[in-house]
Amino acid sequence: MSEPVELMDVDQALEQFDPAFGIEVHVELNTKTKMFCGCPTEFGAEPNTQVCPVCLGLPGALPVVNAKAIESAIRLGLALNCSIAPRSRFARKNYFYPDLAKDYQISQYDEPIAFDGYLDVELDDGTVVRVAIERAHMEEDAGKNVHVGGATGRIQGAEYSLVDYNRGGIPLVEIVTRTVEGMGERTAEVARAYVATVRDLAKALGISDVRMEEGSLRADVNLSLRAKAADGEDQHAVPLGKRSETKNVNSLRAVERSIRHEIGRQAALLAAGGAVTQETRHWHEDTSMTTPGRSKEEAEDYRYFPEPDLLPVAPSKEWIEELRGTLPESPALRRHRLQESWGYTDLEMRDAVNADALELIEATVAAGASAASARKWWMGELARTANNDGVELADLAATPAQVAELQGLVDSGRVNDQLARQVLEGVLAGEGSPGEVVAARGLEVVSDDGALLAAIDEALAAQPDVAAKIRDGKVQAAGAIVGAVMKATRGQADAARVRELVLTKFGLEG
Amino acid sequence: MSSISRDDVARLAQLARIDLSDVELDRLAGQLTAIVDAVAQVSQVATPDVPATSHPVPLTNVFRADEVRPPLGQEAALAAAPAAEGGRFRVPQIMGEEP
Repeated sequence: MSEPVELMDVDQALEQFDPAFGIEVHVELNTKTKMFCGCPTEFGAEPNTQVCPVCLGLPGALPVVNAKAIESAIRLGLALNCSIAPRSRFARKNYFYPDLAKDYQISQYDEPIAFDGYLDVELDDGTVVRVAIERAHMEEDAGKNVHVGGATGRIQGAEYSLVDYNRGGIPLVEIVTRTVEGMGERTAEVARAYVATVRDLAKALGISDVRMEEGSLRADVNLSLRAKAADGEDQHAVPLGKRSETKNVNSLRAVERSIRHEIGRQAALLAAGGAVTQETRHWHEDTSMTTPGRSKEEAEDYRYFPEPDLLPVAPSKEWIEELRGTLPESPALRRHRLQESWGYTDLEMRDAVNADALELIEATVAAGASAASARKWWMGELARTANNDGVELADLAATPAQVAELQGLVDSGRVNDQLARQVLEGVLAGEGSPGEVVAARGLEVVSDDGALLAAIDEALAAQPDVAAKIRDGKVQAAGAIVGAVMKATRGQADAARVRELVLTKFGLEG
Repeated sequence: MSSISRDDVARLAQLARIDLSDVELDRLAGQLTAIVDAVAQVSQVATPDVPATSHPVPLTNVFRADEVRPPLGQEAALAAAPAAEGGRFRVPQIMGEEP
């Protein structure tokens, strides 16, 4: 399945074309059970251990709607500034694919639960872009295929496939934007920021784990190009080109990169006098490319019809208002409030947001650390560790309470910066709380003046030339003695105190 | 009156993965047209004050609490599968068909 890959440089493409995009974000809800049956929804369970006759599509099984899923969908709809339909219904979307046990997916079609909303998306430089939401509808997730045989593990060349239906039937809300146009060179950035904002919103609502790497938040990105109008020509008169729909875009970085890739690919096709095929494409993280899937025109007919096994959903005004009352502060407002209270610069704040560290820093501050020290740990040593290990900050063994405790040890002088890093190493290795690591590894700063003075005398005796210099009033020579003492105490001395003691010994002032 | 053409039937048959002969296509096109026309008579008596319905039972909001019920278990789930491997259902090669 190869096609010639000619990419036009994105900047060059943007001189000739204006990109338009639309995004479908699938948010997997974190309900305890599936959308239409009581099967559990734990991620990573053994295959086909969370299935029952309903989600396996066995004959005679009847679906029953999960009330919590409806509640989550309404809250998400409200947070997206949508109208909530006073009456909505489910529909069957018919297609044949082995990850779909029933040969249809229960979804919503003509009567989605939420529609006509918007989401304000803040870009890195503070610009706010309003993205219009067409609809948010409920549906069930499909199972997972593993393709066996062939070299790549991909569908092409596979000899057969294996299916796990644990994910089949987990509730999803699919959020569909209206077409976003006129963003020019910021197109990819806006798309990325939009998905990030949806993620933050779903997280703040507590309705989803929103882990893109586990597939609990997935994006399909539609992109098409419109040629720029010639001088004097009406831009709106220029027709929008055919669109591609890129599936499997499962990280924020991939949203941005896949859009840039599609801009370059479509521009090259159009500039060479070719045409864009309306089709589904797949994003490949490893090669940063999209490859064609099936052609859209062939399979678009899903023969939707109202799901006869389910009754309409008609939330009362009272219920909707009650749920509106449970909406959290919007992620953007929260960011502004936290930045002000922490006194971070725009850059510091942006780094913390991008590293997904806000909650961790907030909890660390709540546990007693200053905002500056919380940032120092989470964005410094801990961010480096997470990066090296290829995990998220939140997945590290260190908790905000432990980080606050560690900073407390530094502030009280019980450990110095160098020792604190060793303590953190112990905490990350699962050796216990900072206090426990200090005790177990014997990392406390030596603050016993007697022990320090003995070490100082030893150092002076070993370096008589240095001792003579200090005696002559050369204050800076004391550094060599401090260094020797630090070495002798394996870094466990308080360097400032050692220096003070050395100078006092010779009747000097620092 | 509406009418179902032979092409419509052929397309539906393809979407539904039903292999129909030429004779069957012709016969079904005629039969389906008769059925659709019969159903269409309903719209002649439907007036704007009659709401469209997709369900005969006048009920809404039939929900279930979000409480786990024991699943089948892997062995029972796979018991009737024509083929299984590593706890998964084994299916034939998938050719160029995706959702």
